[in-house]
Amino acid sequence: MPIIEITDVVKTYQTGDVEVHALRGVSLSIDEGEFVAIMGASGSGKSTLMNIIGCLDRPTSGAYRLAGREVSGLNRDDLAEVRNQVLGFVFQNFNLLSRTSALENVELPLLYRGIHGKERHRRAAAALERVGLAGRLDHTPNQLSGGQQQRVAIARALVGEPKVVLADEPTGNLDSLTSVEVMALFQELQSTGITVALVTHEPDIAEFASRVVVVKDGLILSDDRQTPSSARVALDELLAAKAAGGAA
Amino acid sequence: MNPLITLRIALRALMRNSMRSFLTTLGIIIGVAAVIAMMAIGAGARAQVQAAFAAMGTNLLILLPGSTTAGGSHGGFGSMPTLTWEDLTAIQVELSSVKAAAPTLRSNQSLISDENNWTTSVTGTSPEYFGIRNWPFENGAGFTQGDVTAGAKVVVLGKTVVDRLFGKRVDPVGQTVRVGNTPFSVVGVAAAKGQSSTGQDYDDAAFIPYTTFARRIQGGLSKYLSGTVFIQAVSTEQTPRALADITRLLRDRHKLGDGQEDDFSIRNLNEVAGAQQQGTDTITNLLASVAAVSLLVGGIGIMNIMLVSVTERTREIGVRMAIGAKPRSILLQFLIEALVLSVVGGIIGVVLGVGIATWLASKFQWPIQIQVDVISLSVGFSGLVGIVFGLFPARKASQLDPIDALRYE
Ligand SMILES: Nc1ncnc2c1ncn2[C@@H]1O[C@H](COP(=O)(O)OP(=O)(O)OP(=O)(O)O)[C@@H](O)[C@H]1O
Ligand SMILES: [Mg+2]
Repeated sequence: MPIIEITDVVKTYQTGDVEVHALRGVSLSIDEGEFVAIMGASGSGKSTLMNIIGCLDRPTSGAYRLAGREVSGLNRDDLAEVRNQVLGFVFQNFNLLSRTSALENVELPLLYRGIHGKERHRRAAAALERVGLAGRLDHTPNQLSGGQQQRVAIARALVGEPKVVLADEPTGNLDSLTSVEVMALFQELQSTGITVALVTHEPDIAEFASRVVVVKDGLILSDDRQTPSSARVALDELLAAKAAGGAA
Repeated sequence: MNPLITLRIALRALMRNSMRSFLTTLGIIIGVAAVIAMMAIGAGARAQVQAAFAAMGTNLLILLPGSTTAGGSHGGFGSMPTLTWEDLTAIQVELSSVKAAAPTLRSNQSLISDENNWTTSVTGTSPEYFGIRNWPFENGAGFTQGDVTAGAKVVVLGKTVVDRLFGKRVDPVGQTVRVGNTPFSVVGVAAAKGQSSTGQDYDDAAFIPYTTFARRIQGGLSKYLSGTVFIQAVSTEQTPRALADITRLLRDRHKLGDGQEDDFSIRNLNEVAGAQQQGTDTITNLLASVAAVSLLVGGIGIMNIMLVSVTERTREIGVRMAIGAKPRSILLQFLIEALVLSVVGGIIGVVLGVGIATWLASKFQWPIQIQVDVISLSVGFSGLVGIVFGLFPARKASQLDPIDALRYE
């Protein structure tokens, strides 16, 4: 059963006299529990597509059903609610609130949902534990490495128990080892039934997805299912190689 | 969206930038402190003027013999006595708007005790005088109507005179004081009253029955009352009527025709007090308006910083929206931030203002009066400033598009 279903979505940007056709009629259906990697050249429209899926932006035309509900015509308040309840976001540059502890950053979506004190605290701490940061609750972003910051961001995305987690180049600012670590986290999310869609430039990263969609000039060029390789296994291999390299 | 949770979000946001939050609110702090200090000083001055006039006596009219010239200044006072003792009796008996009237005959005399002498103003008057001037006794009592009738040699001393003649903390009642060559028995000490608004010491005075005064000091009781008359009206509302009644009565008794000027004059102390009070009020209001303007400038400062803050925190706003903040939550957050800044600034300003006023009071002996309603009004007003000047930046923040805000560099 598709959780994301977009039909003939067009997005046209008007900059001065010039019209930029970022999406020229994209139709895409993603089933619950899938792990989709969106690839394509720079400027092909990946982020535009991601933002529409994430209800951050509205299509110029076309339909979008998310979790069985038509969302293309919703107002700002309803879209905010959808983002809060159904979706979780991970950004390339982490987008954590500065001078704010990891715990408070992760609490934020629950705060906007109106969940109170202890319960909010407990759930945020649990989410941070799930991404392996149990000992870093009080650290502020500038006290954390890039990989750790991205894990805080992932904890923030999953704390609200979303149906879909979206990520636009989540590994773009990370080295290859931490990238694989982050991908292992996304695979874990998928294994609990969460649908994951992420944009990436790197074929190595796309290997961990169960489906690869390639976008070109605002249209879908190809859409293939694949058997994902395990990020856990890849991580163990990398760590072993590193240990061997260090010993040699 | 729960307002308490929004308050929490706003407080956290302010804490993240505590230094800037403090600087933002500095304008409000200074503005409120200035208002509080100015109003405390103004109210203190007002109370001092009020107290000075209350010390003179309430609803007091002073009747002086002699006419006022066309220019308005008082002429001929004392040189040509026009008031008679019968005039006084008529005022006391015939007018319902007059509560009491007391003659005052005045002369500077040397008072001599066993150890010291001291020159002071001796007033010959009647027992009502002390009631008219709200003047209680510290020791003993005033003289009586019997003393007046008998022309008794009794004296009531002011506190300063007691200090000079007998020393401090001495009760002179029963002792003898000579006025000139005549021995007087001290029957009472008038309680300390302090200074008049012009700096004259009320307590540097002695009081004897007017009959005794006329006989011993003026050399005989004449038909004319060569002094002034202190008159108390029955109430503040009745004071102008008493003034009109006395004028009519005296003109009638003195047989003055329509074209003729009054051969006496009456001062209404309530009016003088009112004028003085208006003077202090005008200055207070002027100072307070200057302070209020600085409060307004403080508000604009808050708006300025909030606007900068909205621009600077565009990405933060984008992130908040991406994870589910509704436009209303963002609006409320920024509004509460502005409100908290201005109200906290207002409270700090109150503390500072009270501190400044207290300091001025102790340093320069200024009479200050801290008013609770001014404090609550200032805090309320700074809250209003916060809302008014916070609304524009808050609206601006809430109307951002999530995707534009996230992309903002
Ligand atoms: N806000 C905008 N206004 C005008 N044009 C835009 C805007 N956002 C994107 N575009 C244009 O739309 C096209 C698609 O942009 P998009 O950001 O989706 O590309 P992308 O595939 O994510 O590229 P990259 O891999 O570099 O991130 C580009 O040509 C871009 O210039
Ligand atoms: Mg992009």
